[in-house]
Amino acid sequence: MSKMQYAYDKDMKMMQDRNIAFASGKGGTGKTTIAVNLAYFLSYSRQQVQYLDCDVEEPNGHIFLKPKIDKSRPANVLVPAIDKDKCTSCGECSAHCQFNALVTLPKGVLLFPELCHGCGLCIHICPERAIRDGDREVGLIEEGTAAGDIDFIHGVLNVGEPMAVPLIQEVKRHYREHYIRIIDAPPGTSCPVVKTISDADVVVMVTEPTPFGLHDLKIAVSMAKSMGKPIGVVINRQNGEFPPLDAYLSKNDLPVIMALPEDREIARHYSMGKIFLKELPGYIDRFMELAFNIGRLAGIRKETRQVKEW
Amino acid sequence: MVGIKEMVVVSGKGGTGKTSIAGALSFLFRNKVVADCDVDAANLHMILRLDEVLATKEFFGGKKAKIDPERCTDCGKCRDVCLYDAVSEDFVIDTVSCEGCGACYFLCPAGAVDFDERLSGYCYVCSTEDNGRFIFAEMLPGEENSGKLVTMVRNEAREEAKKAGNELILIDGPPGIGCPVISSLTGTHLAVIVTEPTPTGAHDLKRIVELTKHFQIRTAVAVNKSDINASYVREAQQFCKDNGLVYLGEIPYEPKITEAQKEAKTILDIAPDCVASGAIRGIHAKLQSILEEL
Repeated sequence: MSKMQYAYDKDMKMMQDRNIAFASGKGGTGKTTIAVNLAYFLSYSRQQVQYLDCDVEEPNGHIFLKPKIDKSRPANVLVPAIDKDKCTSCGECSAHCQFNALVTLPKGVLLFPELCHGCGLCIHICPERAIRDGDREVGLIEEGTAAGDIDFIHGVLNVGEPMAVPLIQEVKRHYREHYIRIIDAPPGTSCPVVKTISDADVVVMVTEPTPFGLHDLKIAVSMAKSMGKPIGVVINRQNGEFPPLDAYLSKNDLPVIMALPEDREIARHYSMGKIFLKELPGYIDRFMELAFNIGRLAGIRKETRQVKEW
Repeated sequence: MVGIKEMVVVSGKGGTGKTSIAGALSFLFRNKVVADCDVDAANLHMILRLDEVLATKEFFGGKKAKIDPERCTDCGKCRDVCLYDAVSEDFVIDTVSCEGCGACYFLCPAGAVDFDERLSGYCYVCSTEDNGRFIFAEMLPGEENSGKLVTMVRNEAREEAKKAGNELILIDGPPGIGCPVISSLTGTHLAVIVTEPTPTGAHDLKRIVELTKHFQIRTAVAVNKSDINASYVREAQQFCKDNGLVYLGEIPYEPKITEAQKEAKTILDIAPDCVASGAIRGIHAKLQSILEEL
């Protein structure tokens, strides 16, 4: 084995059993594109890869990975089931509910299921024991295999359903041991993103060199930093200079772990729902470098962890 | 004829050009208030010509629990009742996992849990150079309840519109179809969807349209970056026809939109004669007539 190959395998090992989350702040920067191409590259390099799409509002990874779905089941959340005969309309449940999901009327309690966070407090609070566990479907979990042997899983939120977080948590219950786990996060910086990256070992921020991209990158970075995550930045659709981004990255010691140029060919393959790396093998080196850089960031994480354990 | 009309620009998929187009449209509409409801990653203020911030309002998104170790007896009740696994073995609450339901607070036998409102963001009321008001908000990173902050932005916008006698509120919505999008859409009079001709754009268009139908909101669609893939443009046109949506037209890919952003301007300012600017003016005219019919 050549020295190069050895170094490479070592870096790949650093990624095994690690959660690599792709986030961005701004939508449409290319998060999914980079995530699916990296998953493809790793699988092509004979690594065991799992791709988990946590952008449950608009899951798009399947459009490119085209998985063969072999398991599909509804995902449920807890909601109170109120026994009308036992309920005395005392109002304790609605007075305690922090999400205004329960309203007490003279004839009983009315539940607004889409406001319920499934905390179960009302079940404990009801003095008449008139409330039991019930469940409500919020979306679908689908599992399958993609592009050779990528283990694929995604959640699809029911339209009109505001509760994305429980579905994200359901997707994450499917982590496979020893795999490199590629996690596609939703855009933004609020609860769904926080829950998605909460157990990430490395957060890859995909940005574009525009004022909007930079503005949203800053917010996303401060979120990930406050959670103590190692961060690597991918600059997508690079086209000429954008000095404010370079200045921000160097001032904050954020490593650029890959840069992709604005390339109409990439856009063309994207618009046909293809994994562009398959069609444009010239980019393989960049993904090799990306994998190498992520491995190093994951390695830093691993070492600090060991120090803690000692 | 309704009083104040609310029009919201959404996309489903992020990065379709929603904000660039909403920004350009905001210069074409008169007698309006503009509200940025993408509270996770607000961008519209970067291309509108803001005059000054007239008011900064604090946003409290909800409560979070905190255990006081002095009062805690290590009984474990909180760990039993917390369904979010937010309480650690040594009885410290992880604020990221805590949903603020209060189960531990109400059920702790020792009364050792504090449960206080947390500052989760800010809402800004601004004046602009064209004398209209502009409302936007910033969610503190990692905070919850963006839907509630969206509601706050919209309430402020309505107040301002009432005060000034404006007829229109133009809302720039967030991406996705979840909680903050639902809060941005409910009760509006017209939804403008900015899509792109790609498989992901088409996929997400269907989901956002399902949502606007669910809320029975009149919906119009514009295809941005329309020269990327002609077959998806035709698909979007057909989709509009089949679903009774207004098809507003196409805006070709225009690199100057990014250039405009870099100069903190809209495409109408830096290239008023380009095809994209003409298309946006055409879309504005159509929207104006739809709004008049309402």
